[in-house]
Amino acid sequence: MDRNSNAYTFLFVILLIAVVASTLALTATSLQPAQAENVKNEKMQNILGTVGIEVVRDSAQIPFEKYIVQRIALDNKGNERTEVNAFDVDLKKELKKPVAEQSFPLYVANVEGSKYYIVPLRGKGLWDAIWGYVALKDDVNTIKGAVFDHKGETPGLGAEITQMWFKKAFDDEKILDSSGEFVGVSVAKGYQGGDNKDDNAVDAISGATITGDGVTDMISERLVNYLPYFKNKTNVKVASN
Amino acid sequence: MAENNKITKKEDLILFLSDTDEREGLLGKKNRKLLSDPLTDNNPITVQVLGICSALAITVKLEPAIVMSLAVMAVMAFSNMIISLLRNLIPSRIRIIVQLVVVAALVILVDQILKAYAYDVSKQLSVFVGLIITNCIVMGRLEAFALGNGVYKSFLDGIGNAAGYAFILILVAFFREFLGFGKLLGYQIIPQSWYDAGYSNNGLMLLSPMALITVGLIIWVQRSRSRSLIEQN
Repeated sequence: MDRNSNAYTFLFVILLIAVVASTLALTATSLQPAQAENVKNEKMQNILGTVGIEVVRDSAQIPFEKYIVQRIALDNKGNERTEVNAFDVDLKKELKKPVAEQSFPLYVANVEGSKYYIVPLRGKGLWDAIWGYVALKDDVNTIKGAVFDHKGETPGLGAEITQMWFKKAFDDEKILDSSGEFVGVSVAKGYQGGDNKDDNAVDAISGATITGDGVTDMISERLVNYLPYFKNKTNVKVASN
Repeated sequence: MAENNKITKKEDLILFLSDTDEREGLLGKKNRKLLSDPLTDNNPITVQVLGICSALAITVKLEPAIVMSLAVMAVMAFSNMIISLLRNLIPSRIRIIVQLVVVAALVILVDQILKAYAYDVSKQLSVFVGLIITNCIVMGRLEAFALGNGVYKSFLDGIGNAAGYAFILILVAFFREFLGFGKLLGYQIIPQSWYDAGYSNNGLMLLSPMALITVGLIIWVQRSRSRSLIEQN
């Protein structure tokens, strides 16, 4: 057959595409379970990381079930949505819905008698999505720990948000200001506060201003929706005292 | 893609014209040249000025640069082999499209396998695995070498060029991580006493322009050592 004829060209392309597409489809489907398992285990590992429990990714399941005593899905008014499985809520999809229709997953951890509320976060960095988990202590004001991750931030700059030194700065920070108003924690450029835990700010990463702002925004935008629920919690406690 | 193929073209033409069935040891003189040339006088980055984009993007730290180099090496070796196998079947009018499809398919395969079995590495490389598709060196070698040479030679050419790319990438990453963070592979190299004495990390090294300047300095050193690379006009 003439290699320059249109018929040959079409035949070649059709065959090539059939081979390539079936190879890729086959690999993608056969690797899907292993990939999903990795993602699920990593999610459990990250959630446990916020309350100071470091586990190996592949064996995250058992400690997760031991320490995470409750998984609740909330609406933005603070009511529980019993029909939604909190662990399966995909924030990427939820964020596209209007706020009133979104489900807000909340994990309650019990570590050696202390109760922690773990809130999943998701926002935008410089290149792509960033996400994380922040654990609040029982006073729903002080941060126990935070974990961040990203899809495509610049290595050495924005990607540093996953590093221990950046995460550590969030420990014991407050999300309410001194008058009790919700402000979140801002990642501040040119931070001068040192180790001050009451100024609602941590030191930013040089060269990663936009990623840092993304972290600030996702903390305040996501946490604000949990405030009604937390308010109920604290009111109940005040009443019972 | 072809900023400077004056040198490549001539060399490739000789290789193309030479009898590919010529009996030669597995690593005979000519085959060794395929491996060693891209490391020195025919380096894809410093001489052909290909693949600059990724040399800027992932050289802030040494570790991603090394993993990226290995991924590029795998993709280049296999895509060169596949295109070389198909070289007498590919209709020349759509050869670029065919090359793209083959490279893209390989890159997706690498990405999927990493996600399933080397999740941490795949997270570290993130988007850069996908960007191998756009690496000019891959397409450049397919077009300039694999289309006209046998499978084994193409395999060597792929490995050689990827090694040349890796060499520069790792060299640049070395300087950027060392001067920018005072670390290598994440370990602190510059002692605390230096910082106490007033030394500070050069934040400029972390920004992309410094990668370009570092590559420029490497080109300078290379050209002053081998004068034959300097253009006459």
